[in-house]
Amino acid sequence: MKTRITALLLGTALAICAASGAWAEDKVAKIGVLTDLSGLYADLGGEGSIVAAEMAVEDSGMKAKGWKIDVVSADHQNKPDIATSIARRWIDTDKVDVFVDVLNSGVALAVNNVVKEKNSIMLNSGAGSSELTNTQCTPNTIHTTYDTYMLAHSTGSAMVKAGGDSWFFITADYAFGHALENDTTAVVKAAGGKVLGSVNVPINTPDFSSYLLQAQASKAKVIGLANAGGDTTNSIKQAAEFGIVKGGQKLAGLLLFLTDVHSLGLKVAQGLSLSETFYWDMNDQTRAFSKRFGERMKNHAMPTMIQAGVYASLLHYFKALDALGGNPHDGAKVVAKMKEMPTDDPLFGKGSIRIDGRGIHPAYLFEVKTPAESKGEWDLYKLIGTTPGDQAFRPLSESKCPLVKH
Amino acid sequence: MQALYAQLLVGLINGSFYALLSLGLAVIFGMLNIINFAHGALYMMGAFVAYFLLNLANIGYWPALILAPIAVGIFGMILERTLLRWLTGLDHLYGLLLTFGLALIIQGVFQNYFGSSGLPYSIPDELKGGMNLGFMFLPIYRGWVVVFSLVVCLLTWYLIERTRLGANLRAATENPTLVRAFGVNVPRMITLTYGLGVGLAALAGVLSAPINQVRPLMGADLIIVVFAVVVIGGMGSIMGSIITGFALGVIEGLTKYFYPEASNTVVFVLMVLVLLVKPSGLTGRAS
Repeated sequence: MKTRITALLLGTALAICAASGAWAEDKVAKIGVLTDLSGLYADLGGEGSIVAAEMAVEDSGMKAKGWKIDVVSADHQNKPDIATSIARRWIDTDKVDVFVDVLNSGVALAVNNVVKEKNSIMLNSGAGSSELTNTQCTPNTIHTTYDTYMLAHSTGSAMVKAGGDSWFFITADYAFGHALENDTTAVVKAAGGKVLGSVNVPINTPDFSSYLLQAQASKAKVIGLANAGGDTTNSIKQAAEFGIVKGGQKLAGLLLFLTDVHSLGLKVAQGLSLSETFYWDMNDQTRAFSKRFGERMKNHAMPTMIQAGVYASLLHYFKALDALGGNPHDGAKVVAKMKEMPTDDPLFGKGSIRIDGRGIHPAYLFEVKTPAESKGEWDLYKLIGTTPGDQAFRPLSESKCPLVKH
Repeated sequence: MQALYAQLLVGLINGSFYALLSLGLAVIFGMLNIINFAHGALYMMGAFVAYFLLNLANIGYWPALILAPIAVGIFGMILERTLLRWLTGLDHLYGLLLTFGLALIIQGVFQNYFGSSGLPYSIPDELKGGMNLGFMFLPIYRGWVVVFSLVVCLLTWYLIERTRLGANLRAATENPTLVRAFGVNVPRMITLTYGLGVGLAALAGVLSAPINQVRPLMGADLIIVVFAVVVIGGMGSIMGSIITGFALGVIEGLTKYFYPEASNTVVFVLMVLVLLVKPSGLTGRAS
C-alpha cells in the first residue's frame, strides 16, 4: 500500500514538473549565424560574422559562469525561401535560440515572420530595410547597426546640403533597394530637392553602363546608388570609366561598406561620402577588437559594421540571459529584458534598444581618403560628421510599429 | 534617339564578352562534345591571373592578354588530360556534372582566399580616357574591347572553318578512328582544342578585369546567360555563336533601356521562343 502511494505521488510530481516546464530553464544557448556565405554579400557578413559570434561567446565570460553556448551557421544564398526553411529547421529540430547577422532585406523580412511565429529571437545587424522596426516590427526582433532611414538621412541630407538638389537613382530591384530609394527620396524632397528619375536594376548585374548612361542623360546633380555589395562597387568603378564624376555629377553610395571601399581601391573610391555606425579605427577599443578579428580572418580583413553588430548584439544578449539567471527559451521574454537594459559595448558605445526593436547608437558620416592620405591597407576613412543616436534613426513619433503606442 | 544609339553601342560591348565566351563553349562542344560548365570559372581565373601578374610580378595588361590565356589554357589541358578524357563516349550529362562540380570547387577555393568583393584592376594607361561621339561618351577601353574581341572571334572562326588544321579537327570529331589511321594524333588535338576554348574564356576574363571587379563569382553571374546564347545560336556552330553573342548583347542593352527590370530575363525568354520554333538553334543543323 505504502509503495503504491509513493509511486502515485512521484508520478503526480513528475506530471506537474513536465506541465509547468520547470526544467525548461537551463544554462544552454545556441546561436545561429544565418548569412550569405557564398554570394555577393559574403564579405559584408559571411565568415566574418561567424568569427564575430565566436569572439562574443569567448569575451562574454558566460562559460566561466557555467553556460554552454554553441554557434552554428548556414548559407541562406540570398534566397528568402531557403532562409525560411533553414530557420524552421533550426528552431524546430536544432533548438537554435537566436538568429544573428541575417543580411539581405528580402531574407530578413521572411525570417522575421518565422521568428515571431515560433517565439524565437532575431538580432539583425545585416539587413537594411527600416521596415523591420516599422510596420513589420515584432516583439522578437532587434535591429541594430544601420537601416535605410539612417543611411538616407545621414548621407542623403549631407549631399543635399552640399548643393546636390536634383537626384537620379540606380536602385537594386528588391525590398532593400526600394526602401532605400523611398527613404532617400523623402529626405531629398523635404530639403527642397527633386528626383528626376530612377531605374530598377536586377541584383547581381555585372555591367551598369546602360543605367549609368541613363543617369548621365538625366543631368541630375547626384546619382544615388541604392544598391549594395558587388553591385555598388561595379557601378562606382564603371561610373569613373564613363567620366560621370569628371562631368560634374556626384555619386552618392548610399550603402557602402569598408570591404567595398577596400575592394575598389582608393584611386577609384577617393572622395566618396558614406555613412556607417562602426569603423575599426575609431578608438583604442575598436582597434583592439579589430586587430584580434583580423588575425582570425583568412584574408586578414577588418570587420564591417555588420560583423561588429553581430558581436555587440550578442554581448548584450548574453547580459540579458545572465540577468535572467537562465535561458527561458522564450524569445519575447529575452528580447523584453534586452530592451529594458541599456546597451554598453566596446564597439558602439553606450546606447539603448527602443520599444520597436531599434538599437540606438550614433551614426557617422565618413569621407574616403585619397591615396596620399592613407597610411595602410585598411586606413580608408576620415570622419566628417556624427549624428547622435536619438537623431540618427526614425523617431518613434513617426513610427508605424504596432508596439509603439501614440 | 541619341540615348538609343548609346544603348545599342553599350549592348554591342557586352555582346563582345558573350561572343568570346560562347565561342569557346561552341568550340569545346563542337569538337569534344563536352558541355563545359567550368567555362565561367575559367573566365574568372583569366581575370585573376591578370591581377596576379600585375601585383606579384609587375607584368602589365598587354603581356597579360597573352600570358593569362596561355596559363589558364594549360590548366584547362591538364583538366582535360586527367579528368575529362575519362568521359569520352559517355552521356553529355556526365561531362556537365563533372565540369559543374569543377566550377564550384574552383570558385570556392578563390572565394576562400580572396573573399567575395573582389580586387581592383585598373585600365591600362594607353586606353584611359574617352571620346565624345556626340550621342555618348565612349570610354576608349570599351571601344578596344569590341574591336579586339571581334578580331579574335573571326580569327578563331577562320582557324577552324578555313584551315587544314581546322579541317583535321572537324574530321577527327566525325570519325576519330579514320583520322588516326591517317597518322594524326587525335587525343593530342583534342587536348589542344580544349586548351584553345579555355584560353578564349581566360582572354575574355582579362578583357573584363578593368571593367568589372576581379571577383570569384564574376563568371558564375555570366555563364548562365552565355549558355542561353549558345543554345539560341545553335550548339557547336562557330559563326552562329559569334553572331548571336553580339546580337543578344544588343537586345539586352535595349531591354535595359525600355524595361530594365526584365534585363536579366530577356535572354531566357528569347531562348524559350527559339527552342519552340527551331529546337536546333538559329544556325544549328538538326541532328
